[in-house]
Amino acid sequence: MLEVSGIIQIFGGVTALDAVSFSVAKGDITGVIGPNGAGKTTLFNIISGIYRQTAGTVLLEGKNVTGFPPERLARLAMVRTFQNIELFGGMTVLENVMVGMHTKSSSGLLACALKIPWSVSEERRIREGAAKWLEFTGILDLSDHAADSLSFGKGRLLEIARALAALPRIILMDEPAAGLNSQETLALAQLIKRIRDLGITVVLVEHDMELVMDICDRIVVLNLGRKLAEGTPREIQESPEVIAAYLGDDD
Amino acid sequence: MQFDQILQYTLSGLSTGAIYALIGIGFSIIYNATGIINFAQGEFVMLGGLFTLSCLEFLKLPLWAAIPCAIAASTLVGILFERLAIRPLKQPTPINLVIITIGGSILIRGIAMLVWGKDTHSVPPFSGDTPIAIGGATILPQHLWIFAITLIIIFLNKVYFYHTISGKAMRACSYNRRAAGLVGIDVRRMVLFSFIISSAMGAVAGIIIAPLTMTAYDVGVMLGLKGFCAAIIGGMSSGLSTVIGGLILGVLESLGAGLISSGYKDAIAFIILLLILFIRPQGLFGKSNSERV
Amino acid sequence: MKRDLLLFAGFSLLVMMAPQFFRGSYLMNVLVFVGINTMLAIALNLLLGYAGQISLGHAGFFGLGAYVSGIMTTTFSVNPWVAMPVAAIVVGGLAFLIGFPILKLKGHYLAMATLGLGIIFYITFNETYEWTGGPSGLSEIPNLQVGGIIFNSDVKNFYLIWGVTLAVMLFALNLANSRVGRALRAVHDSEIAAQVLGVNARLLKVQIFALSAIICSLAGSLYAHTMTFISPTSFGFNFSIELLTMVVIGGLGSIYGSFLGAALLTLLPEILRGANDYDIVIYGGLLVVMVMYMPGGLVRGISALYRKFVKQKPETGHA
Repeated sequence: MLEVSGIIQIFGGVTALDAVSFSVAKGDITGVIGPNGAGKTTLFNIISGIYRQTAGTVLLEGKNVTGFPPERLARLAMVRTFQNIELFGGMTVLENVMVGMHTKSSSGLLACALKIPWSVSEERRIREGAAKWLEFTGILDLSDHAADSLSFGKGRLLEIARALAALPRIILMDEPAAGLNSQETLALAQLIKRIRDLGITVVLVEHDMELVMDICDRIVVLNLGRKLAEGTPREIQESPEVIAAYLGDDD
Repeated sequence: MQFDQILQYTLSGLSTGAIYALIGIGFSIIYNATGIINFAQGEFVMLGGLFTLSCLEFLKLPLWAAIPCAIAASTLVGILFERLAIRPLKQPTPINLVIITIGGSILIRGIAMLVWGKDTHSVPPFSGDTPIAIGGATILPQHLWIFAITLIIIFLNKVYFYHTISGKAMRACSYNRRAAGLVGIDVRRMVLFSFIISSAMGAVAGIIIAPLTMTAYDVGVMLGLKGFCAAIIGGMSSGLSTVIGGLILGVLESLGAGLISSGYKDAIAFIILLLILFIRPQGLFGKSNSERV
Repeated sequence: MKRDLLLFAGFSLLVMMAPQFFRGSYLMNVLVFVGINTMLAIALNLLLGYAGQISLGHAGFFGLGAYVSGIMTTTFSVNPWVAMPVAAIVVGGLAFLIGFPILKLKGHYLAMATLGLGIIFYITFNETYEWTGGPSGLSEIPNLQVGGIIFNSDVKNFYLIWGVTLAVMLFALNLANSRVGRALRAVHDSEIAAQVLGVNARLLKVQIFALSAIICSLAGSLYAHTMTFISPTSFGFNFSIELLTMVVIGGLGSIYGSFLGAALLTLLPEILRGANDYDIVIYGGLLVVMVMYMPGGLVRGISALYRKFVKQKPETGHA
């Protein structure tokens, strides 16, 4: 599904990522973990086309997408969410999700402004589709609220609904549990599993070990910009390198 | 003949360029301390000239006393502007800041029009107007004043920014405002300081150029924009690069007006401005990437 | 949806009935200006209020439309109905090309760059006097004509200008609540999130910049053909600022607000006639006061007050 190979990222002389390679199987939930400063978010920013890496390639469904801008990746059915949720604060909850359907609709500027019949029916389809995803994440009752009035937890659900509306085949989530309380985290775990059950491949960066060990099929561990280990949750838990890195053991 | 002409244009270009440099440094100081481009910067240039005029004509002060008074009065306007318009702003988004500094500049200009009228006023030169011959060209004593005062201001600036606590704090703010706040620098105070320094510098620029070009309530608009252009060429530095930016702009303008067409003189600055912003937004001499793109 | 349509129909009806209440060529003339300024304010609002990109050079596009139309119909005797779309294409194309480099800039830098662009246009209008007549202007621009009707009286001009203004308004209202309008607002709120969802932010910004310029050009052409005389002073930096004031007063992202702002700023100098010198002070003061105390603009400010007293559920849609 997703194949990352030899990613190197150098920021002004500092090597943030050093030849990181791993692959994500279709339909899996893959977790990327590692101590602070391991380069997890940098890696995500590279995969999602926000940063341009110093070297290395990214293959999406076998296609080389290295250096593609985020909007092109969205059209290839890869979307992401952000650690500090990035909502469209001035718009309603429903409108936020409607923007998610951008790649799945096509009315251009003139068609919209002139209200050409097919753009009107497309608008109806967008509205219904968006409502469906709000229902999926359980916040349909908040449709008409302004997005910036939501609690952090609900905002997270909205961001996920918005990403799902783009009908991705792969979704990247940057610390989805950050800022959630324990109950919200439990619900999130269920939601992520339901997303996987839709056939969507999930890759997530996460600090909450319990969540990661519970839901992930495979785990990639980064430390100081290098890949430390890769395997099933059980293998990772038993890996001496990982334990050393997390306990701060010197080499 | 041709060479003398070019020398003449270059000399007068350098003196207007020095003015642009002073105004440009004013822009940069505020920008570096606050991230704001103060669209009202040019108005302080206008205020400097007109306050000097009032001090001379109404208060009957001698020139050496009128100038500091005018600088003080313009600086007071700068302080009021920061206190009444910038500081109370609840949503300081870039667009709101652009609008409020534009609004402030129109307000200052409008009040100046009510106070001094729409006429153009002349201000006497500091030391006579006997031309001085240099090679085949001539310059006025006022030109020498402009060069000398600009040099002094740039020197004082250097001393302030590198050898005083408050200047160093201001530089810290320009590198990282949050970090500066965390180490105990009063960032809001620095914002006020930046407005004080740049309104004073604007006023000085306005005072030294007024005897050459005359002054009126609306001279601030163009001078301010040209100063901004100088700052952009210099990469928004509050030092030498902006001075060079101002001088380059002044000379190009003067040569362009003299040798090509005087009607397009003002367009030259803006074409340079657009080219720099499009091609080298970090300024002619800068190398770092910055957030303006 | 229904409510929006009803509101627009009501508004159009009121506008079309205006000549019944306001008689006299002076008043009609003022209302014609309100219409032209409404179009321009909406054009700027699409860019500033929806896409979040400032322009201080819109008077330049307005002027360019007027001059292309004016020169084609006078010097080259082209039919005004042909000249207007040609002007729109020229101005739109130019804006599209400039849009790519200029919209890479953000915030203050974009403001300065567009300001510079506007001034370059203004200087060009003044200096290319073989074409434009320079500072003394271009006169004897022909009126528009449909069949036997020549649009040369104030009442006829009123219907012409307001017919187009209402069409532009409807166009903008439709756009605002559509896929493209949402994408614009998304770019405004979080460019990165919009891109991740597949919105080509850069292209979209350039498109809306060009559309905005085209509306300005249309308004400029209509201005030239109704006034029959144009000169550079109508298209200077001050007018760009006046447009900005209209948009800010009415409210960023509010189409009806743009009408309100345009109406207020067009009528204000007429009301203050005699106190003519004060209007510049008042513009400046209005800008400062609005940004400080009513950053959402008049329409939103008033509806917030209304809700406070009448107590309805919170409004969230964009109008």
